[in-house]
Amino acid sequence: MDFTRRETLAMGAGAALLTVLPFRANAAVDDLINEFTGGAAVGDAGVDLTAPEIAENGNTVPIDVSAEGATAIMVLAAGNPTPPVATFNFGPLAASQAASTRIRLAGTQDVIAIAKLADGSYARTSKTVKVTIGGCGG
Amino acid sequence: MKFKALTAAAALLAVSGTAFAGGPDDDTLVLNGEIEMVTKTAAPEHMENIDEIISGWHFRTDETQALQMDDFENQGMIFVDQAMEVWNTAEGSEGKSCADCHGDPADSMAGVAASYPKFDADAGEMQTVQMQVNDCREENMGAEPWKYDSGTAVNMDALIASHSRGMPVNVAIDGDAAPYWEKGKEIYYTRYGILELSCASCHEQNYGNYIRADHLSQGQINGFPTYRLKNAKLNGSHSRFKGCIRDTRAETFSAGSDEFIALELYVKSRGNGLSIEGPSVRN
Amino acid sequence: MAKGVKPRVKVPKKAAVGDAITIKTLISHKMESGQRKDGDGNVIPRSIINRFTCDFNGQNVIDVTLEPAISTNPYFEFEAQFPEAGEYKFTWYDDDGDVYEEAKQVAVG
Repeated sequence: MDFTRRETLAMGAGAALLTVLPFRANAAVDDLINEFTGGAAVGDAGVDLTAPEIAENGNTVPIDVSAEGATAIMVLAAGNPTPPVATFNFGPLAASQAASTRIRLAGTQDVIAIAKLADGSYARTSKTVKVTIGGCGG
Repeated sequence: MKFKALTAAAALLAVSGTAFAGGPDDDTLVLNGEIEMVTKTAAPEHMENIDEIISGWHFRTDETQALQMDDFENQGMIFVDQAMEVWNTAEGSEGKSCADCHGDPADSMAGVAASYPKFDADAGEMQTVQMQVNDCREENMGAEPWKYDSGTAVNMDALIASHSRGMPVNVAIDGDAAPYWEKGKEIYYTRYGILELSCASCHEQNYGNYIRADHLSQGQINGFPTYRLKNAKLNGSHSRFKGCIRDTRAETFSAGSDEFIALELYVKSRGNGLSIEGPSVRN
Repeated sequence: MAKGVKPRVKVPKKAAVGDAITIKTLISHKMESGQRKDGDGNVIPRSIINRFTCDFNGQNVIDVTLEPAISTNPYFEFEAQFPEAGEYKFTWYDDDGDVYEEAKQVAVG
């Protein structure tokens, strides 16, 4: 199969669109984070996120979040059509400020966790998860 | 300016190739911390080209593997629970449930999945578990048969399989089963479709390698029905065969067809010695 | 009520006072994201469980807001304090207004 000049140009336009899209997605993510933190500064220590490096299928991706003493942890998937995933609010009887769940990822992207820590400050971490697209439709 | 798609594909391959290691892993599958499963063992004598048979579980990532190790985590068990409700529900003109004759499936169904498909002398045909269930529904319950590989049928198939977990697959291939087995073997080695691929092309000659991003297994069916992350439900082996043949860009056989019954027997016999895992969890 | 919804919870039957106990929950639910289209190209309306809570003797353990990016059959695992014998109560809130409840007694032992 050969690509014609026109097709190559179209691919170039597609690639240009791809490089623009993340900025849009990031804006949505920034807005959500600002809403969660009330605009406060966000540090990078005190919250952990475990996610697979490679997910065999984006439908069910296991993740764990934890942040000692936190009152809440918000999880975002920056590359999903709508980035919010879940917010965990920990009550007085939580034995640890940690939880595991399974999430949907529309493709390879960053998963972000932001915690509201015990002292009222905020911390952020993220992990890149590669989502494989199989060759066999099943 | 022109460039070849092949070059682009080769470039992609070079990038993705580094991200994946090939081959099955060396993990151990223990179910609910209790039942140690045989997931690798010596190939049965009839297999000419493979020395060791390996469960599809070994070709999945640690995260997918973990989902199968605990019944609470295994979402296939949701459907087994649903089948248990059907098991206990009276249906048909005779007003009987499965339970009325077969009691607790943990006792009555133990070992069934390990020996099916099986030649039924009375019916004079090779029968899969789903066919046997339908016979029972029609003859003993006076109920409508279920469509092959439909949700209800596959869920019941999984309930029955779940009570053989840990038992070795042991299907008979001689005697009356022989002609079915030969037919299944012929299908296994026949190249289908525009891509001219046989089952063996991927699952015998290339297991452990990647086809695009899919990690090819040996195509064993000791774990069927299987819960797939892809469609979040249980899938029967015939539906999986259908998907594979369709992917070769061929006209495929139907679930419940004579061809797939024969193929199920043959492929199952390639797993003689592996533990029954159904409902397993795959991608 | 959404079809086939069934909550399930795994909690130890007994624990020592002061222990942290691990709780696993799973509820069968499609979690229709509102992003998918049917065969005719029409968007399938969103229908998810949007909140999950766990309380013990009236005090909160965890309160989760779920979005459509939570997988089919929502699963949660977390740790709860065990201050005394009592009941852990689990509640799932459906978009359609339905509420699914489950409760588990844990004894001192």
